[in-house]
Amino acid sequence: MDTCIEKIKAICTDLFSKGEVEKVIGFAGGSIPMATRPIAVTSEADVEKLVFNAFCGLNLANYVTKNNLPKDGAKIAVVAKGCDARNLVTHMVENQVPRDQVYIIGVPCTGMADKRRIAQRFEDEITQCTQDGDTFTVTSALQQEVIAKKDVLRHNCQYCTHRNPPVYDVMAGEPVEEQILDQPFPDVDHIASMDPETRWDHFAELTKNCIRCYACRNACPLCYCPTCFVDESSPQWVGKGQDETDITTFHFLRAFHCAGRCTDCGACVEACPMGINVRDFTRKLNKDALDLFGWEAGMDLDRRPPLDVYSPDDPDDFIK
Amino acid sequence: MNFITIDKSNWTKGIEKSRETYQIFGPVEDKNGCRIEPLEAGVQPIMDADVTVMSPKSVLFPQTETILTADLDESKDDHHIMKRAKQQYTPRAVLGIRPYDARAIQLVKLNFDNPDYQDPYWCDAYEATTFVGLGVNRPGPCDFSTSTGCGPFSEEGLDVLLADLDDRYLAKVLTPKGEAWAAACGFDAGADAKESQALFDILRKEAEKNISTDLAFDKLAQKSILDLYEAPFWDDVAFSCINCGTCTYVCPTCWCFDIQDETKHKKAARFRIWDTCMSPLFTSHASGHNPRESKVHRVRQRFMHKLKYFVDKYDQGIMCVGCGRCVASCPVNIDIREVCKTMNNYEKK
Repeated sequence: MDTCIEKIKAICTDLFSKGEVEKVIGFAGGSIPMATRPIAVTSEADVEKLVFNAFCGLNLANYVTKNNLPKDGAKIAVVAKGCDARNLVTHMVENQVPRDQVYIIGVPCTGMADKRRIAQRFEDEITQCTQDGDTFTVTSALQQEVIAKKDVLRHNCQYCTHRNPPVYDVMAGEPVEEQILDQPFPDVDHIASMDPETRWDHFAELTKNCIRCYACRNACPLCYCPTCFVDESSPQWVGKGQDETDITTFHFLRAFHCAGRCTDCGACVEACPMGINVRDFTRKLNKDALDLFGWEAGMDLDRRPPLDVYSPDDPDDFIK
Repeated sequence: MNFITIDKSNWTKGIEKSRETYQIFGPVEDKNGCRIEPLEAGVQPIMDADVTVMSPKSVLFPQTETILTADLDESKDDHHIMKRAKQQYTPRAVLGIRPYDARAIQLVKLNFDNPDYQDPYWCDAYEATTFVGLGVNRPGPCDFSTSTGCGPFSEEGLDVLLADLDDRYLAKVLTPKGEAWAAACGFDAGADAKESQALFDILRKEAEKNISTDLAFDKLAQKSILDLYEAPFWDDVAFSCINCGTCTYVCPTCWCFDIQDETKHKKAARFRIWDTCMSPLFTSHASGHNPRESKVHRVRQRFMHKLKYFVDKYDQGIMCVGCGRCVASCPVNIDIREVCKTMNNYEKK
């Protein structure tokens, strides 16, 4: 995957020299180990700033919104993993951005590393991390470890079945083999098998240390509402303190708002400073969308999402 | 200045003994590392914890704190009259906080306890608290506390500073509050002052070697507010920001709060909650107008407050102790060290 970056840079240089795009949204290197940061590159000279590695775990479709597209109709390019591209498609399907204003530089992705899983292997703080192909050399004051990426892959990447962007303008590498999973949702099945009380406790425990920073919401490309319901003050739909009911109300409603739209990109979990696996909410909805409607978000520009079409074949009786 | 040696085999016994006088706070395991919380009897602070994601500011300034309550039952004489919520302000000791967090509390004090205004909730909690810090032997890559007027063995704001010497703690007792805490624990094995201080100096120097960032903010005070405010770099600084509240909530010096009223049946409560300048709601007017309508405005506000307005208003350096929590937790790696450098070096053309 790290060879992709050279292709990404060559593509970007070419795009700028031909004047085809106004800017490229990609990832730049970070200031601390295992960090990258989204960046908008606006000139050929700055293409060198781009990086692509296993720590590009946010979703860049989040930076492509109605309001930050060029007003004159000029194009912007986006470096897109499978999930980023699917969220760009979702933006297009939801009429947020026009297809012809976005140039998708597709990246065949072999998954992102879970920083927390790496950090858990260390007794003290990590001071350096370098990636060479599919291994990392990670150093702290007390230890040094060579870690294989497959051993620290993020959970959503382990269960990803769309590593290659389904829609793109150019690919920065040969497509990678897609995973075929016997059990695509073991985590959801596990929670579903709990009795109601245990399941309630599971979710109560899950969000217990939520600080309501809303990083999960803000890292999510789906959350583009001009004003989120939790930020309304008149009427105020939900209390703003640390009351458990208010915290869970936020999480439940956010998840339901993503039903049939979520690509399980994992940006929400990546962004959460408190280590909350908020995907426990959205994954159930993804499974339902797949089981009931054969739907996976962001795969097709021409197919309408299940929640905005009526079908005589609807699996539920009440709607017929 | 008193030095005490505390054999680690006596530590737990001493802490348990001090519970006769103190409520104990300290780092405890949480699924996200450690956080500083009240410790139930028998629960021991994890003294060698990594830096906690959340700072100890919540000991004095909880994220949600009921400040006033009222009874809405009209058959009562005092119905609808707001009264101060009953809180416990019995002595409490916070164990194992990092020295920069103690300085942070002194910076927060400028807001909550000053000649113009004394916040009763914060002041009472502060008065009740004894701060027992632990020197940081191995500062991590985000720590730049030596640049901000403190450092891994800073004493400011602490009542006791401990140094971890493997099998024992060496304690430097800094205030009468610290003396009372040590006495309540039964820690009374004195140590030679000169030798102990020499040991502290060695540990401090060794620890400081781990901190590579030398952050300069010497030119911020002389700069014009408007020049910085109108500087061209804010769009770049803010580009990646997703406008979550992480940086402000993990920050030990961010003190902004909001006030909320809630009623349930016949009870009313007014409480304050942490607010965050990253949220549009922070400055949303009743009219619908928002003077900080875009994320660029909000990001600029955060850094201007910490690195310019605060500097100008209080003349106490920057509103940052260099703990690096915002750097470590920011989902998009916005690094206050870089922003500070950009601001400090900015010259209007």
